Amino acid sequence: MSGPLLSARGVTRRFGGRVACHDVSFDLWPGEVLGIVGESGSGKTTLLNCLAGRLVPDGGAVTYETQSAGSVDVHRLSEARRRLLARTEWGFVNQDAREGLRMGVSAGANIGERLMAVGARHYGEIRREAADWMARVEIDAARLDDRPGTYSGGMRQRLQIARNLVSKPRLVFMDEPTGGLDVSVQARILDLLRGLVGGLHLSAVLVTHDLGVARLLTHRLMVMQGGRVVEQGLTDQVLDDPQHAYTQMLVASILPV
Amino acid sequence: MTASQPALRVCGLAKSFTVHAQGGLSLPVLHDVALTVSPGECLALVGPSGAGKSTLLRSLYGNYRADAGSIRVRQDEGWIELVGAEPRTVLDVRHRTMGFVSQFLRVIPRVPAVDVVAEPLVRRGADAAEARQRAEFLLAMLGIPARLWALPPATFSGGEQQRVNIARSLIVDYPILLLDEPTASLDAANRDGVVELISQRRDAGAAIVGIFHDTAVRDAVATRVHEVVPPVTPSGAAP
Ligand SMILES: Nc1ncnc2c1ncn2[C@@H]1O[C@H](COP(=O)(O)OP(=O)(O)OP(=O)(O)O)[C@@H](O)[C@H]1O
Ligand SMILES: Nc1ncnc2c1ncn2[C@@H]1O[C@H](COP(=O)(O)OP(=O)(O)OP(=O)(O)O)[C@@H](O)[C@H]1O
Ligand SMILES: [Mg+2]
Ligand SMILES: [Mg+2]
Repeated sequence: MSGPLLSARGVTRRFGGRVACHDVSFDLWPGEVLGIVGESGSGKTTLLNCLAGRLVPDGGAVTYETQSAGSVDVHRLSEARRRLLARTEWGFVNQDAREGLRMGVSAGANIGERLMAVGARHYGEIRREAADWMARVEIDAARLDDRPGTYSGGMRQRLQIARNLVSKPRLVFMDEPTGGLDVSVQARILDLLRGLVGGLHLSAVLVTHDLGVARLLTHRLMVMQGGRVVEQGLTDQVLDDPQHAYTQMLVASILPV
Repeated sequence: MTASQPALRVCGLAKSFTVHAQGGLSLPVLHDVALTVSPGECLALVGPSGAGKSTLLRSLYGNYRADAGSIRVRQDEGWIELVGAEPRTVLDVRHRTMGFVSQFLRVIPRVPAVDVVAEPLVRRGADAAEARQRAEFLLAMLGIPARLWALPPATFSGGEQQRVNIARSLIVDYPILLLDEPTASLDAANRDGVVELISQRRDAGAAIVGIFHDTAVRDAVATRVHEVVPPVTPSGAAP
């Protein structure tokens, strides 16, 4: 493929009178990981949800280059087609793993469900692959039949990542995948994501307020303030030579990353 | 590649920093910098502390954003302009053509030293076992004891981390190498190992730009010197 995988043009979303995200445009190319950083309330989650078709923007458009059906306007797809896309070509890692998992079924079923969505039918193979992914995210395969409610927060997050990546999506949206976890669990998840993103050659849009996470996982960075993108560029360039006053403040206010 | 064709051409390069926390104070550093480096050459940047040597080197790598001018890199029989380039263009040049040895290693949590070193080669599609072997060879050559190879470098000494960093940047035969004080925290024996590796790369045809505070190191590796002139602060303004 020669063009971008995902394109946003002028994406704008308001809640009541308040602008949550304003006039955001960018292209995401295959294999790229784009980070979105900014303070709380700056519109990161709103933008991510607009990109993934979970929230309808008031203005602008999001275009996605599908595997086999050419490019589509994400917000003009029927609900059924958007859901199909979300299950087969995309992944979405929620900040709260409980929202991204089905809490009423076993861990194995959580992983297997995604495989079935992309056509797997052989029960033994689905189970084997689910067990293999449990190992990849460092969860004891003996816990395969347990429900996620019996897992710790860090295990749940790793399970959510396995559920999303097992079907080898082309594009993954992640909202604070390490938020709310203690530092050693964060390091494990980051290490895991780093290996998977590099190894599967997937593209991703990653929302984080942690510049260290952004440095480690992303190629490019967008800095948001008050719903607007105030600066974007190569991740190390934005962090080491920030141009905008807000980015300089953000970089200066944390420990070296 | 023709031997006479340069690998890197810089002209009219300008770079200043605007510090918003200080009322938008503008700090000019580089003005109208021009240089050309050919394969087999090692250009040493010299100048007093604060002159802008590291700023120049980082600008060449796209780590700092140039304000004006041109940085062109030879790749695929053509020239790639880096000033104003898209991130993916810069990343592609870093991936295939230009390596950078920074002064400090950025530690990646949980990743063993040998994999930190092997990573750039693996990312280019090399066989994992082969990349590991090459990484071990480089680590041994740089005097990192074998018992440390499987450990994440977070707890290594400054000099050990720096050598891991050097090994990581030299594992790929980049046609262009940028070095910011690669021997700064090394003892004499380890310094000689690094000098040997850099000289080998130069003689094999790499185009190198480096900052070497140690004059013995500079004399051993550099083929030419480029003076970085300290910025002139406007009269009346605080430096
Ligand atoms: N469903 C909603 N209804 C009303 N206002 C909303 C809604 N969702 C978001 N907002 C508002 O939009 C703005 C942006 O919110 P958003 O959740 O995108 O921020 P964020 O950058 O993700 O913040 P955080 O880092 O805290 O998650 C905020 O002012 C928020 O209060
Ligand atoms: N990211 C940055 N933001 C703001 N100012 C910077 C930045 N990087 C460098 N500078 C400033 O640019 C000037 C040149 O610094 P630079 O590090 O390039 O000098 P140098 O010649 O490498 O010095 P040394 O020999 O001490 O390493 C200094 O005044 C420095 O404070
Ligand atoms: Mg949010
Ligand atoms: Mg310096």
